[in-house]
Amino acid sequence: MEAFARLIAATPVQTPDDAKAANAAIGAGFAYGLAAIGPGIGIGYVVGKAIEAMARQPEAAGMVRTTMFLGIAFTEALALIGFVVFILLGL
Amino acid sequence: MLALKFPPINELIRWKDIFPGFNKVGLIAVLAALIGIVVFLLAGRKDPLVAPTGVRNLAESSVTFIENDIVMQTMGKDGLPWTPFLLSLFIFVYLCNLPGIIPVFQMPATARMAIPLFLALVVWVIYNAVGFKHNGIKYITGMAWPHGVPVAMRPLVGIIELLSNIVLRPFSLAVRLFANMLAGHMLLITFAFLTNALFFAETKQLALKPMSILPFFMLIFLTAFEVLVGLLQAYIFTILTAVFINSAQHPEH
Repeated sequence: MEAFARLIAATPVQTPDDAKAANAAIGAGFAYGLAAIGPGIGIGYVVGKAIEAMARQPEAAGMVRTTMFLGIAFTEALALIGFVVFILLGL
Repeated sequence: MLALKFPPINELIRWKDIFPGFNKVGLIAVLAALIGIVVFLLAGRKDPLVAPTGVRNLAESSVTFIENDIVMQTMGKDGLPWTPFLLSLFIFVYLCNLPGIIPVFQMPATARMAIPLFLALVVWVIYNAVGFKHNGIKYITGMAWPHGVPVAMRPLVGIIELLSNIVLRPFSLAVRLFANMLAGHMLLITFAFLTNALFFAETKQLALKPMSILPFFMLIFLTAFEVLVGLLQAYIFTILTAVFINSAQHPEH
């Protein structure tokens, strides 16, 4: 990780504190990026299937929409936990 | 390398006290509660025979929304007594989210953990109390030793059920609202900073200055997006509350 930080930063890492901050920033970026992959796929799947259901049975659209929002809310929670970790690491 | 100096997060979401122990976030929360109470008192005191206008129209349509789109969809007819609670929850969360895009305020009160956490704890107490009231001790034993699952799997499923119902539900309810509003707030801040930094950049390349219109357009678009997000998060918070209360009442479904 440290070598990676040195590679990206324009100025070389000077003190241990600098290195720590750089590592924390990179870790935070990875944490959020990785946490967003799964929920991204999941939400796409949920919404896609919901649209399919609504197109096949427009009269059930209200019920499908409610369930879709529930599904999105549960899936999204994982990404949001990643976001909180991102904030905590970035501090 | 970067000319943009992004301020630390404590500068972005901590406000100076107006008087000790009471800052802008507290003010927004108090205002949200007051506005909700005043609007619904105004709507409620009018003569019911006259056709609804103005404030009463707003109040009636929000009650209809809660009844048709949240209670009837998740709890059915026997959930209708919960409408007042869900309505006040929805109005309060929405009015706390909205100041995130209103100039002068520019801070959703739900972007600090205190309010979502408190609301989630209220919901937690309520749905557990409802579960114990309707099912007695079976509320816990039904979760820990679920029927309709093969006996070999029951301890595992029981532990997962207990954890998700008692610990994870209020946690994810609070974190969902908090993180969504905080993320929206930080997005707006980021694009406001970008606009500012590009426009006031000390550079000899004059072509850079007109480019500040790009993040500015993004800022406007995101502000419109935040209106939607605030409404959607209030809706999701309320509908999840309804689902939790319903599943505590009728644990078999």
